[in-house]
Amino acid sequence: MSTPTPQAAPKPAAKPVVKEDAMLLQKELINRNYHELATAHDVGRKISATFVPGNLNELLMCFDFARSLPETNALQNGLRKRSGKMIMDAERDGHSEDVCTYVKADLGMMLAGDVGPTGEPLPKPDVLLLSYTGCFTFMKWFELIRQKYGCETTMLHVPYQGDGKVNRNMRDYVVKQLKENVIPTLERVSGVKFDIDRLREYLKESQKAETDLVGVLQSAKNRPSPIDGYFGAVYYIGPIFTAFRGTPEATRYYAVLRGEIDERVREKKGPITPEGELAEEKYRLVVEGPPNWTSFRDFWKMFYDEGAVVVASTYSKVGGVYDFGFRHDPDRPLESLAEYCLGCYTNLNFPQRIDMICRYIEEYQADGLLINSIKSCNSFSAGQLLILREVEKRTGKPAAFIESDLVDPRYFSAANIKNRLESYFQMINQKRSRATTH
Amino acid sequence: MSTLAEIVQRCQGLFEDLRFDAVRQWKAAAPGRKAIGYMPIYVPREVIHAAGMLPVGIFGGGDQLEVIQGDAYYQSYICRIPRSTLELGLTGRLDCLDGMLFPSICDVIRNLSGMWQILFKDKYVRYFDVPQEYHDAIGGEYYVSELEVLRDDLAKLAGRPITDDDLRNSIGVYNDNRRAVRDLYEYRSQRPWQVPTAEVYLVLRAGNVLPPEEHTQLVRDYLAAAETEGRPKRDNARVVVTGSFCEQPPLGLIKSIEMAGCYIVDDDLMLIQRWLLDDVPTEGNLLENLSQAFLHRSASTASKYDERREDKGKFLLESVKRNAAEGVIFAAASFCDPALLERPMLQEVLARHKIPYTAFKFAENTGQMAPIREQAGTFADSIKLWSAA
Repeated sequence: MSTPTPQAAPKPAAKPVVKEDAMLLQKELINRNYHELATAHDVGRKISATFVPGNLNELLMCFDFARSLPETNALQNGLRKRSGKMIMDAERDGHSEDVCTYVKADLGMMLAGDVGPTGEPLPKPDVLLLSYTGCFTFMKWFELIRQKYGCETTMLHVPYQGDGKVNRNMRDYVVKQLKENVIPTLERVSGVKFDIDRLREYLKESQKAETDLVGVLQSAKNRPSPIDGYFGAVYYIGPIFTAFRGTPEATRYYAVLRGEIDERVREKKGPITPEGELAEEKYRLVVEGPPNWTSFRDFWKMFYDEGAVVVASTYSKVGGVYDFGFRHDPDRPLESLAEYCLGCYTNLNFPQRIDMICRYIEEYQADGLLINSIKSCNSFSAGQLLILREVEKRTGKPAAFIESDLVDPRYFSAANIKNRLESYFQMINQKRSRATTH
Repeated sequence: MSTLAEIVQRCQGLFEDLRFDAVRQWKAAAPGRKAIGYMPIYVPREVIHAAGMLPVGIFGGGDQLEVIQGDAYYQSYICRIPRSTLELGLTGRLDCLDGMLFPSICDVIRNLSGMWQILFKDKYVRYFDVPQEYHDAIGGEYYVSELEVLRDDLAKLAGRPITDDDLRNSIGVYNDNRRAVRDLYEYRSQRPWQVPTAEVYLVLRAGNVLPPEEHTQLVRDYLAAAETEGRPKRDNARVVVTGSFCEQPPLGLIKSIEMAGCYIVDDDLMLIQRWLLDDVPTEGNLLENLSQAFLHRSASTASKYDERREDKGKFLLESVKRNAAEGVIFAAASFCDPALLERPMLQEVLARHKIPYTAFKFAENTGQMAPIREQAGTFADSIKLWSAA
């Protein structure tokens, strides 16, 4: 027998969220991947888990793996406001409050029975491909998962660009690991023989998608910018940074997306925000650091309410830096996978990161730099205050600093961030009026 | 020969000297001498020494340094060692160094290498990456090439080549140093009341600024002097301290653990002096020998990848067994990613083997020792109570 439930007073209808077609397509792709993961074992497919930077998606596809990405799982749980409890559960289980909240959200999800962000089960992976690229925490993260699940782990150690360049020794080291360790392990776990021509075909697809992605991101050099290169870009990079790089679906997605954006450029339209098209572009910013996911929409609103558009961001390069010419190369498949891993943003040294930001400020005609410093992410955050100083010194443009976290809602202080942003916009205005006066 | 008190006093003086006068004096003693700083955990000091240079361990500013400029570069959630190290650099205390090596230990130290490149443009700066892949033909080849780069760089800085004979001699010097340190640790494990860790630690810290030959002699002198002291044996709990491999706890914290009723019978403080577990051969290809020692015969710590699940905690378990320890104290620096991420895995292994443990965090400038003393004391009491049952 059903019990009548008290009826709450009707709430005023929420304003519908506006999304670009490409954003909807992206969501569909990501959700489909979660469904594939949920049903993989039922249909006899093996599951791999790997990280976004240094993500060897094309290689994993050669072995028919369904592909899970723990950071994406954590951020999707963050967007759905589920990560807070997961993090606290992990802390209750003995994990320090000081360490990365992606890791704790992931471990908390495991503790809660491995239900993925879409509500479908997220089965235990059959292999962990530990691409140790640009983030030390990755190594510990997969050791923790391995300890819990006991699943096979294969490590790919990618040396850091300490001298600001990739030398032959570094590349050879990565290629050798691919040949001697990674590929044999993936063959053994999957039962599929490695076929380098299959890899070449996927890399051909990657190239096309990468070129279109660059076209999309560089469209922000226009005035007005047709995209937001940070909040909007996280939707755009979704497929190529995760389980879809090298697939025909990704190629189609980026072709469609580029077509849409080219159209917006022709029509001199601004970016689409959750509340519709931005009418007036008042500030053009470069942003360093990942976004906050638990209050993503509120965070974005603080920008578009003020007419601020992010024209370039470093976070949109975390899964691959393509805008300075790198493309996966089917003629040098393993070497180009190595170069891809070595070139990810967080694997660049400080002078390189500063050069890149200064270049963005100049090429995208930005008003300044905003750093969103993430408590969880030492790889990004340690030393960002020097980045701020150096960029200000070299470009003469104002820079600002805010702090939040990836998926821990306890570290998002909306009022504090809003205040700082408002002060920053005032600073830009003052700088502009001084420039007009003199 | 110096008395025990004189040796300890000398070490204490070197420990407290944040101007690195010992390094300055060493450099001033002969024209053209150079010194190269390094951060924890491990760099091959043999190569620096073979270039005729003084390897200098830079292990933060401790609890006596007021950090002002260094704090301006870091958010509150970053550990203290990079900020105090920057403070040392920005205040000119490290101007006696001609270069700095930043080993691959974590993202914070990694990024500090780039900051150093920007802030100290006239110095030699190198991020020293070590392999996390342990096969000679893969990680080994990569590491030998990295060693060759270091050898060439330092030769350029020295203005002379580093010959095989130089390297052979230096490997021998450090083999001797490691033997002396191993002897000291073994003695402490057997008779911890004779060589309290608060002293042992100071003796090891002296190795940061002294030439290795002199440090080896110092270690031996200390051991010889300590053996003659009649120190009372107490009914303390024998513990291993782990997690302090990078940012070092204040000396007061080590004393507090001991005063609370614990004998520290093993630890991972100043790990570089015990990183290579036995002698590096001085015949054959010397860089390959250094590589093989690193890959196959080196200490295990949170910054190193464990290839197999069953290897996790093995090193710590062996230490507990070898040193007849009754418990483990996890003492990690606040915001130390490697140590704090590693800790739950090690704790699980200890729990499986029914080895008691306790855990706390510190910063190099932690001043309040009462809570530490209380926690360590309770831990020691519980060990004594339960082991007696």
